[in-house]
Amino acid sequence: MGLILSLGVGWFVFPQVLYSEKQQPFNFSHPAHVENAGMSCEDCHFFRDDGSYAGYPTLEKCAECHAAPQTDNPDEAKFVAEYVEKGKEVPWLTYQYQPDNVFFSHIAHNAFDCTDCHPDVAKMDKTPTYYQNRLSGYSKQTMKMWQCERCHAENGVSNACFVCHK
Amino acid sequence: MEFKEFTIKWGMVVDLDKCTGCGACMVACQAENNIAPISKYENFDASNKLRTLTWLLVYKMENGKPFPEHEVAYLPRPCMQCEHPACVPVCPVVATDKNEEGGIVSQIYPRCIGCRYCMAACPYHSRYFNWWDPQFPEGMDKTLTPFTSARPRGVVEKCTFCHHRWNAAKERARKEGVDPMNLPQDWYQPACVSACPAGAITFGDFNNAEHTVGELSKSQYSRRLLAKLHLNPQVYYMSKRPWVLAMLDNYRAGDAHGAEGGQHG
Ligand code: HEC
Ligand code: HEC
Ligand code: HEC
Ligand code: HEC
Ligand code: HEC
Repeated sequence: MGLILSLGVGWFVFPQVLYSEKQQPFNFSHPAHVENAGMSCEDCHFFRDDGSYAGYPTLEKCAECHAAPQTDNPDEAKFVAEYVEKGKEVPWLTYQYQPDNVFFSHIAHNAFDCTDCHPDVAKMDKTPTYYQNRLSGYSKQTMKMWQCERCHAENGVSNACFVCHK
Repeated sequence: MEFKEFTIKWGMVVDLDKCTGCGACMVACQAENNIAPISKYENFDASNKLRTLTWLLVYKMENGKPFPEHEVAYLPRPCMQCEHPACVPVCPVVATDKNEEGGIVSQIYPRCIGCRYCMAACPYHSRYFNWWDPQFPEGMDKTLTPFTSARPRGVVEKCTFCHHRWNAAKERARKEGVDPMNLPQDWYQPACVSACPAGAITFGDFNNAEHTVGELSKSQYSRRLLAKLHLNPQVYYMSKRPWVLAMLDNYRAGDAHGAEGGQHG
């Protein structure tokens, strides 16, 4: 009985205690933009001329279409009222967040699919819950060092420490 | 001890006859690498040099003669990124290594346990220990960059030849379809090199025939610091003044190995 209890704590309770749940500032639907509004991934996620990754689109980009609400969608209303009108950039949460001391280069991984490393948000109408590890502050989806290293080893890419650390 | 050979070998050649000792390189380095000036626990008193962090430090050298023969020279000292580093084999946790292409000695802060063996081993005093968590005076925190990570209290840090600038240059190369292993010389230059108003520091790949450092390092006026230790720094110093060159391999008169000092391939 005690064993079952402790297994229960170990399998179900502890993992839930370990992670705190967070939501994106408001729901953002990729299909609404890619399929309905006809945008391409590169409209929002692109490389700058110097090869660095722009990451998320700026508020300016969103405001091209959302200067005022287009629909009666409550998330859009929230977005326009709290960010567009106040001129405030959206503090997106990155599921594939990496700590400060890790260097990652998107352009070096251009040959891979986004979903090799990221959750498939492009197909999700609801932005998934973000699980933050209470101890490390990392995201649950943060790719672990051994995962990066395994793919590098398989592809004959260097695993010297300074390739990924800064 | 075996040492790896690399296709790319980054390094610098510093012309000590051009260096005016202005210190612009030091300032550029501190700003580029998020180096905190000094902790409040030191009462913000940066005159305690046992506590300051100076990845690049300019030393003053004098020829010891009275006026009018008196002469000074200044020597900027980054990490030498030695071909045979003394710091790497002594690290008990492999927090520092020389295993990446380019030959820059890496320092991985989250792995470092702060034992400071590497500091004792380095004859160039290029390594620094964080006695405190970094603190930045108000306003200065706004100048911090994401390019070098924060170092907490208890770890050792050192110059990395602004390694992040190399990463950035490789990203640019991938974007422009240039081979990241064969970068034009001016694409990757550490902050100190860009900042030097006298153009005293040349930086590039010793193994790349299109870069100028290889040729400069072979000049009869080029030396490496404490060459007789055979650590083979990837930093060379040039001067046409014999007393300056003599000081670079500083040893006590009558030292057993004194006579054979000088350069090794
Ligand atoms: C209208 C602009 C826009 C377009 C077009 C767009 N995205 Fe996004 N993308 C975002 C925003 C905003 C986020 C942050 C919120 C989120 O995670 O959904 C994001 C997040 C992501 C992430 C998650 C990163 C992480 O780990 O948190 C991935 C992966 C991604 N997008 C892939 C794609 C792909 C693939 C496409 C094309 C099919 C695409 N995006 C098109 C705006 C856009
Ligand atoms: C090319 C024009 C365009 C751009 C740029 C654009 N959107 Fe939209 N957005 C739309 C359209 C059209 C809809 C309605 C789509 C639908 O209802 O199917 C929409 C719907 C929304 C909604 C409500 C639906 C949902 O839950 O996602 C939100 C929130 C939203 N957009 C946020 C953003 C943000 C944030 C950005 C910038 C990252 C952005 N949009 C950029 C055209 C755009
Ligand atoms: C090899 C793994 C990998 C692939 C493939 C990949 N990413 Fe990422 N991505 C990451 C990592 C790791 C981070 C976190 C970087 C950080 O926190 O420093 C990230 C971060 C992001 C972010 C957050 C902003 C930023 O730059 O930190 C966006 C947006 C993103 N990726 C979009 C994409 C899209 C779109 C694709 C496909 C075209 C893609 N990624 C492919 C690993 C990958
Ligand atoms: C799916 C396989 C895969 C995964 C996962 C992966 N990488 Fe890579 N990575 C590669 C490949 C292949 C290259 C070489 C690309 C090239 O040379 O064009 C590379 C190159 C790199 C480079 C550039 C190296 C250079 O010399 O410029 C960095 C930095 C890097 N990876 C970091 C990471 C980090 C950090 C992670 C984990 C968060 C990661 N990678 C996960 C396959 C992967
Ligand atoms: C292919 C990329 C890659 C290489 C190569 C790599 N690392 Fe990492 N490392 C990561 C990533 C990503 C993380 C963060 C995720 C995690 O904690 O696993 C990390 C985390 C770490 C951490 C833990 C940091 C913390 O805050 O918990 C240490 C310590 C570390 N690395 C040391 C090293 C050392 C030492 C080497 C060289 C022998 C090395 N790494 C090589 C990608 C890499």
